[in-house]
Amino acid sequence: MEAATTTAPRVRAGAGARAWKWLREHALNIYAGLALAYMLIPIVVIAVFSFGETPRDRLNFAINDGFTLEYWENAFSITELTDAMLTSIELAALSTVISTVIGTLMALALVRYRFIGRRGSNLLIVLPMATPEIVIGAALLSMLIIYNISLGFQTLLIAHVMFSISFVVVVVRSRLIGFDRSLEEAAADLGATPVESFRYVTLPLLAPGVMAAALLAFALSIDDFVISNFNSGTTETFPLYIFGVQLRGIPVQVNVLATMLFLVTVVAIMLVLWQQRRAERMASVRPEPVV
Amino acid sequence: MTLRRRFIPYALLTPGALWLIIFFLIPMYFMGEMALRSGALETGGFTFTWEWSNFSEALDGRGEQIVRTFFYTGTATVLALLIAYPLAYAIALKAGRWKLLLLFAVIAPFFTTYLIRTIAWKTILADPSPVVDLLKTLQVVPEDGRVLATGGDVIAGLTYNFMPFMILPIYASLERIDLSLIEAAKDLYASAREAFLRVTLPLTAPGIVAGVLLTFIPAFGDYVNAALLGGTNQAMIGNKIQSLYLVERDYPEAAALSFLMMAAVLITVLIYIRLAGTEAFMGDEDEED
Repeated sequence: MEAATTTAPRVRAGAGARAWKWLREHALNIYAGLALAYMLIPIVVIAVFSFGETPRDRLNFAINDGFTLEYWENAFSITELTDAMLTSIELAALSTVISTVIGTLMALALVRYRFIGRRGSNLLIVLPMATPEIVIGAALLSMLIIYNISLGFQTLLIAHVMFSISFVVVVVRSRLIGFDRSLEEAAADLGATPVESFRYVTLPLLAPGVMAAALLAFALSIDDFVISNFNSGTTETFPLYIFGVQLRGIPVQVNVLATMLFLVTVVAIMLVLWQQRRAERMASVRPEPVV
Repeated sequence: MTLRRRFIPYALLTPGALWLIIFFLIPMYFMGEMALRSGALETGGFTFTWEWSNFSEALDGRGEQIVRTFFYTGTATVLALLIAYPLAYAIALKAGRWKLLLLFAVIAPFFTTYLIRTIAWKTILADPSPVVDLLKTLQVVPEDGRVLATGGDVIAGLTYNFMPFMILPIYASLERIDLSLIEAAKDLYASAREAFLRVTLPLTAPGIVAGVLLTFIPAFGDYVNAALLGGTNQAMIGNKIQSLYLVERDYPEAAALSFLMMAAVLITVLIYIRLAGTEAFMGDEDEED
């Protein structure tokens, strides 16, 4: 629909016609620009309101009062909030490590081996991604209730690893499919043991994919609300804390921490992208180009 | 040695597969079992009695809520497609060296907490705000009207929050297009519009199908947008499941409703694949290599 605007237009006189022509030619870019703005506005709002002066130190949804650094200086002054954030980080870190290791192993099995049950395994990996989160959370809670298992950090960890695995497998698998096996064969020809060739060839080339998967797992875990809400018991993570206080009024520090978290994630993604490019350049150095 | 080799993939697979079976698949069974229990929490808990009436009870009086869920989710999915396709198109085919940076800019907002993003929309759509004033000037919203707690804001929130699931598959399918095909269409006297409709659009159909599914499924189960942005009359099925499980603690009815939701999603997805899928996926296979 938008591509139609790139038609070479007939030349016509008149300023109105020229403006119309310009508009037609750039319609796609203008539309894309507006869409981009739409995607970014909430981030700007979050960041701006972290500097907003408000009477009760709670976010109020109006652009009025002054600018202040107060909430950035006292970012960690609300104990409950800071604790929730620390719980979230601990949970995300553990869940990332477990799901990345488990998921990478699964991806290796699925890409490198033909075996009975491969289709079934693929299905098992796709299913959690095709199920609404609320159903995943509700099902797990049903089982935990039936077995009288108390809810808390452990059940959160179980749930977070569970919903992260599929995403890790998908990311690592896409990396493995484009993997040049001849490099490993070359290592073997040069006398490397299987362990050595895995350590010095496979792992470095796989690293960016694994890093990307780990980052995704971390982001999924630290952001999860729906499934956590079902399986947390009294343990409070960052999103759960926000949901809890949102009726009473959200402390401005929430926006400060959210902005910090955003900046840290952006830097982490930049690093992964940069590393990925480097690895691609490394991998592309070889005597024969592979078609 | 060969026996050992045959054993390797299973060894690699086991931890993950077990985790998914024990904590994802088996819980589904228990949710089904829970849906057929009866009793009350106060009187010694729930026992399994093949209580099929839980299902009819779960649906009873929820017609409006179910229709609303379909309506909100459907509208949000269509809106997301209309916003995402041109954006992905511009990034994939027109952005040149800015491609990665722009893609990154589009995805970056989704690395802030989901809840805060949604609350940010509350700020944006609150009355008075520049956005709402603009909508009023454009006569989209009546002069004395508002956006918060109307349903429009819930749809806006759903559209926004699940956008990456729409953009990424469409972007990936646009990225893969062999541009010489579009050139060829133009050489054969297709106008830009025809080239787009007959070449680009069919080639990106798999991305659209995937994007629509990946947006619809999570949005259908969502209750955060309705809880934060909507008022009392904007609740979706997810909100009810949530309150049945966590507030009213009527687990059997909650489980029954979750089950029905999953069935509704599955049926919708199957119908959709039937209608759009086969053709779309065929296009993909023809063009690979």
